[in-house]
Amino acid sequence: MTSLPTHTEKSLGLVIDLDTCVGCHACVTACKGWNTENYGAPLADVDAYGAEPVGSFLNRIHSYEVQPDTGGPAQLFHFPKSCLHCADAPCVTVCPTGASYKRVEDGIVLVNESDCIGCGLCAWACPYGAREMDPSEKVMKKCTLCVDRIYNENLPEEDRQPACVRTCPAGARHFGDLSDPESDVSKLVAERGGFDLMPEQGTAPVNKYLPPRPKDEVPEFDVLAPYLEPVAEEPQGFLGWLDKTLERIG
Amino acid sequence: MHPAPSIIMFSTLSGLGFGLLTMLGLGFPEVSGWVAFIFFAIGFALAGGGLISATFHLGHPERALKSFTQWRSSWLSREAWAAAAAMAVMGLYAALIIFTDTRIAILGWIGAALSLLTVFTTSMIYTQLKTVPRWNHWSPPVLFMAYAIVGGLLMAGQVTVAVPLLVALGVLQVVAWVDQDRKENASDTTLATATGLGTIGTVKAFESPHTGGNYLTHEMAFRVARKHAQTLKIISVILAVVVPVILLLLPFHHLLALLAVVSHFAGVAAQRWLFFAEAKHVVSLYYGR
Repeated sequence: MTSLPTHTEKSLGLVIDLDTCVGCHACVTACKGWNTENYGAPLADVDAYGAEPVGSFLNRIHSYEVQPDTGGPAQLFHFPKSCLHCADAPCVTVCPTGASYKRVEDGIVLVNESDCIGCGLCAWACPYGAREMDPSEKVMKKCTLCVDRIYNENLPEEDRQPACVRTCPAGARHFGDLSDPESDVSKLVAERGGFDLMPEQGTAPVNKYLPPRPKDEVPEFDVLAPYLEPVAEEPQGFLGWLDKTLERIG
Repeated sequence: MHPAPSIIMFSTLSGLGFGLLTMLGLGFPEVSGWVAFIFFAIGFALAGGGLISATFHLGHPERALKSFTQWRSSWLSREAWAAAAAMAVMGLYAALIIFTDTRIAILGWIGAALSLLTVFTTSMIYTQLKTVPRWNHWSPPVLFMAYAIVGGLLMAGQVTVAVPLLVALGVLQVVAWVDQDRKENASDTTLATATGLGTIGTVKAFESPHTGGNYLTHEMAFRVARKHAQTLKIISVILAVVVPVILLLLPFHHLLALLAVVSHFAGVAAQRWLFFAEAKHVVSLYYGR
């Protein structure tokens, strides 16, 4: 059934720190690697070395420049974006075949690839661009939260988290149960004021983004300045002679 | 949105086909024998041809039957049911008229209702999408049904009714375009809400995730034709409304009537092309488009 569950036992998701992300794209590579070699159809690349390479990715990093309202120089933010595993996921209800579904046990939104007819309507319904049709397999691909890692008892415990989170060198990505107010991720969201993307679309995303911390205010003057010798305003020596000479000529 | 030829053909052909079947079901005109055969054949060819064309859009058309399963939640699934039911009921109604010369009026009315319902479900596939402000609007259901009804009357040769309704359709279309522009401009989804960075200041897309395109930019950030939108709108109204009205007001001739239908068809196809090409998906904001 592509009707959404009224309640999920957990709401597994990601918390992404826009203050910490350095835009290295390591999560993109780790995601593509894991999800090409494991569960489901591989993430294809077409014309990879040609004029118009195109491929499916479950995670992409944008960069945005923000001109602060308070003045000062523009700021640059790297912005990772993948499926937000919405509580009210519009991609699920539009699916005509039941291939797209949200799990009751952990809230992960998945695609049953053998039922997908490749109509693309779920990708139209998603405001975040989280779903991409694989150019070779012609089925809809999306973030699975690495469902084949997080419960995988063949992996060491520290690896039982999504590939993007495990690989992030900056610690900008966090994984956990956002329905549990006592979880690390929920505490992080509460402490840092985590927010939803496009809240007006009514999708109730599970993934949260942490806003950039305010920039440090550098004082205009040095506290030791009053104790220092004043800097000579007039040029001395050779430069002083040059200055005077040039003024005379000019 | 990318104007895929298969979807444009589907919505144009099946809209007119189901429109004609609606009129035949209601008995406008009451046909029998060979004339009935030809009318119904045109109706089924357009409606069925459109449906077949739509399957070219699918990545896995061999699994298309699975789309009958989710009618409780999905408009696309409801469309599949409505189309199949309309074709089945109208098929029975047509067969009884053609082969046994028996007209079961109530069967025709049910078939007509199902035919219009199919067009309605098609339009709801677009209207339900909050992600495309231009579609998330009253106009797709109203216009898709209006085009089907007027096109159906035109093909069924109901000239006296078709002429004033064609004019009304033209007015309705222009009103819809103006109101869709308003709706798109008033959308509260912006790059500021998309990134959440609007609380700091003015957000600008600095760099895309990659230098090339991807499925999202190809499918949803289509922008080639927007600059020609105004010209195409005028062409679409001239072909769909003005030319057919002039041709129908001239002394009746079968060739003129055929030309009127062909012109209307081309106008509707142009309108449907614009329906996709002009529609802006909110995901294009992330790509600075």
